[in-house]
This record gives sequence, structure tokens and C-alpha cells, in this order.
Amino acid sequence: MKRLRINGILGALLLGIVGGLALISVFWTPYDPMKVSLRERLNPPSLIHWLGTDEFGRDVLSRIMTGAAESLVVSICTVAFAVLFGTLIGLFAGYVRGLADRLLMVVSDALLAFPGTLLALGIMVIVGPNKYGIIVALGIAYTPSVLRIVRASVLSAREREYVEASRVIGNSELVTMFRHVLPNCTAPLVVLATSMFGWVVLAESGLSFLGLGVPPPAPTWGNMLASARPHMERAIWLGFAPGLCIAMTMLGVNLLGDALRDRFDPRMEDR
Amino acid sequence: MTGHATYIGKRLLWTLPTLFLVALIVFFIVRLIPGDPVQVILGDQATEQEIAVLRAQYGLDKPIPMQFALWMGQVLQGDLGNSITNNQPVMSLLLSRFQVSATIVLIAVTLATLIAVPAGLLAAWKQNTTLDVAIVAGATLLMSVPSFWLGLILLLIFGLKLAWLPVYGYVPFSENPVEALRYMILPAATLILIEVGVLTRMARASAMEVLRLEYVTHARAKGLSNRQVLLKHVLPNAFAPTWTMIGLVLGGLLGGIAVLETVFTLPGLGRLLVDAIFARDYPVVQGCLLFTALIYVIVNLIVDLCYPLFDPRVSAS
Repeated sequence: MKRLRINGILGALLLGIVGGLALISVFWTPYDPMKVSLRERLNPPSLIHWLGTDEFGRDVLSRIMTGAAESLVVSICTVAFAVLFGTLIGLFAGYVRGLADRLLMVVSDALLAFPGTLLALGIMVIVGPNKYGIIVALGIAYTPSVLRIVRASVLSAREREYVEASRVIGNSELVTMFRHVLPNCTAPLVVLATSMFGWVVLAESGLSFLGLGVPPPAPTWGNMLASARPHMERAIWLGFAPGLCIAMTMLGVNLLGDALRDRFDPRMEDR
Repeated sequence: MTGHATYIGKRLLWTLPTLFLVALIVFFIVRLIPGDPVQVILGDQATEQEIAVLRAQYGLDKPIPMQFALWMGQVLQGDLGNSITNNQPVMSLLLSRFQVSATIVLIAVTLATLIAVPAGLLAAWKQNTTLDVAIVAGATLLMSVPSFWLGLILLLIFGLKLAWLPVYGYVPFSENPVEALRYMILPAATLILIEVGVLTRMARASAMEVLRLEYVTHARAKGLSNRQVLLKHVLPNAFAPTWTMIGLVLGGLLGGIAVLETVFTLPGLGRLLVDAIFARDYPVVQGCLLFTALIYVIVNLIVDLCYPLFDPRVSAS
């Protein structure tokens, strides 16, 4: 148990650092992240530019900070999208059952038959390579997993006595659903949303790395890595910082996810 | 044995509707792409008449359900149309590119499993010791590193600084096996490192579940050596969940390999899809989506069919 608490704290701390960088960047960055200065191209890290400058002479630290905000906002919106739609559809399907439920599950199972990133790539073609495209594409790709978990919880909860009681005392179906059935799904949802946040950060940076994500010159960790690639030999610092930020975020999510999973899964308690 | 046969039969039958829906989704994704594919093929200079002729030729003037039926008919015959950019048959493009991706993924997942399962078992056996903590910490760290970043770093160290291995490109196995291997070491190593992280944690978790069961205590009480308990009783039962995970990992890799192929400039399936997206080469996009999803469904099918080999309880229920 003690180790898990340390994991949770460490994970929260890592995410806190990244989130802090993102938050500060909204109000202040050391330099203008978009300001091109051709005389300062590919400068190594120094006291003036802590993380050096890129191929256009832009300050890397400022771009990392703005990129953090960009990546985190996109990821949070994507997870919110999947959780919102997955929960609503899952609640509906599990509650009404019957034909509507069966049809929804067929569609969701078919979507799950695609690897997540592949489905997202396919949807990106329709919605276009930009910030909103990523949110919609990844959001749709991850909605079925939320839907499944919520529906399963609803199916087991709706037969319980307290749900029956809520109906008997005259609460409407809608109130019963949101007040008494939904809270049962919170624990598995929190665990899923945490891991999903990690997948989305990774997928978003991957898509941006491929040039299908947030278009330059706006910085994201993924597109910074992509533009660093041709200059890696001369300017190693360019490829280092963005990757480290992604890895730090992922590590934070994984550690926090472990702690949450073990807290909500009683079978794991005696570890 | 009859139980096993029914299990296989059911699983095979279930695959058919899935495949149909996958095809339907791919068809609609491509139809929903904004812009007219015929316009893309002919360019801006095309006349109304040329457009109409080509639309008729591709069957785009027919109603949507009819289009789907026609397309399915062609797909079932293995005809995925021709690429717009270079007029090659999409099917042969897919097959040649798939060889590259599949070789690397298979090498990587096999080696990763061979490393991860013993490591996970060891960690579970030595639960809460320094060794266990070190293994779990290492695995979590590896799992958190994005593949394209790890790839870039390995490339920088072994390709550019030490110059031990080639930096860009690919040589087919049939041309020069030794050179082919040299080109494959870095991408495969990148994948191995990352998948070892995921699989070790999975193997450890399943081994721990098994270790606390009564028959393990019983086996120990019988006086079996540690080695015997681990190999005969823990490993077979702990491997089943890891085996399912391997299926998911394989599928995830197929969908996500484009980034790695971009880092190492490998002519694989993922890169083909991304290039086709940029070029608005609809037949190739459509073919890539369908083909990759098909492989994913087949991989999961094989994984499920082999599952009873590792966990005999499945076919009985």
C-alpha cells in the first residue's frame, strides 16, 4: 500500500509540473514562442536560452511551455468528448435495453474492431488535420471503450433495490438514471479516463509528429520533434526536451493510473 | 475435443459480421471525405463531360447501397482498385508494404515476449523485494517513452554518433539478408524496449493472481521445488492473460507503426497510409484502412483460437 501512495504522489507531481508549465505559458513565456530570429538559429542551451533555439531561432523553452498547453488542452478535450458521449450513450443503451441497445453495441463493437490509432487516422481524413480534427477523431475512436464500461455498470446497477426504490417513490427515469445509476460507474470511469489521457497524449503527439495534427508554426511536442528530426545531429537539444515532456506526462499518467486502479479495485488491496 | 471444436466454430462465425461492419465503416469513412475524388484524380482542368465519364466508370453515379455492393464484390475478389498517384494495383502495394511492417512487428513482439514473461514471473515471485521494485519501475519507465522519441535517440546514438548501424532506409530480405538485418535492428529494438514494458507488467500482474491461489500453496506443500511450482503451475495459468495482451499489442502496433516507420524511413504499411492521406489517394487510403483492420481482426481471431491451448477452462465453459 505504501508504495502505491508514493506512486500516486509521484505521478500527480509529474503531471503537476507539466500542468504548471502549461498554465504559466498562458500568462508568460520567457520569449515569444513564435518569434523568428534568423541570427540565433540552432543556438545550444545557454543562460539566455535555457533550452537553446530551434532552426528558426525561436526559443525552445517558450515553445515547450506553449506546446504543453496545446497538448494538454487537446488531450483534456478529447477525453472529455469520449467520456461525455460514451457515458450518455452507455447510460441510454444500458437503461432502455432492447433493440436500440443491441444496435448501439453492434456499432461500438465494430468500431472496437479497429486499432484505435488507425480509426483516428481514418476519421482525421474526413475532419481534416487540425486541433479540432484531432479532438473529434480521437474522441470518436475512444468513445466505444467508455460506452462499454458504463453500459456494463448500468446493467448491473439497474436491478439493485435502491434503483427500484427510487422508481417506487416516484422519481422520473431521468432522475433515477443520473442520481442513482450513474454514480456507480464513477470508479471504473476515473480509472479508464486516466489511462485514456495517456493514450491521447501519445496519439496526439504521434499525429502531430506525422504532420497530421496541430499544424506549424503553432508548437506542440509532436510537431517540435518532427521539425527537430533533420537537425538532430547538430542540435541534439531540439529533440530532447519535447520527447522528455511526453515521457514525463506518460510516466505521471501511468503512476497515477496504477494508484487509482489499486484504490478502486479491492482485489488488489493486499498488495 | 468437441468442446474445443464448438468454441472454434462459434468464434469463426462471429468474425463474419465483424468483418462486414468493418468494411461498411471503411466504405463510409472514404465516402465522407470532403471533396470529390474524381475531381482530385482529374485535376482542375477537367471538363464536365470527363468528370461524368469517370464517375460512371467508378460507379459513383449509382445509389450508395449499390456502390457498397459493387465495392464489396470487388473486395471479395481481392480487387481494391488502383492507386491514383502511380496507378499500381492497391492490393500489390499493400502486400509489399505489409511485409516490411510485419517482419519488424513480429520480430519485436516475439523477442519482447521472451524477455517480458520471465521478467514478470520473476518480479511476481520476488514480490516486494528490491528486484521486484526495480523490474516494475523499469517496465513503467519503458512503457512511458514514446516510440518515435526512443527511435530518434537510438538513431542518434547508434546511427549518427557511433555509426554502427545505417541511419535511413531499408533493404529487402530477398536482396541481402545480412544488410536487411542491419537496417532492421534499430526499429525492432525500439519496439522491443517499449513492448517489454507493457508485457512485463501484464505478466507480473497475472502471475501474482495465480500465486495466491490455493493450488500453488498445495503444490508447495507437496514439496515441489520453487522451479517446478513456477514452471508447471504458475507459468501456464499466468500466461493466458498475457497472450491476449500480445494480440492487443500486435494490433496497436499495426495501427501506430506509421510514426516509427517515419523515424526510420521504412517503406511500411503505416507510411503508405499517411502518404496516401497527404496525396488524397482515396483507393490507397481505403485499402490501407480495410487491410489493417482485417489483419487486426485476424490476429485477434488467432489469439482467441489459441487461447484454449494455454487456458483449458475456456473451451469447457
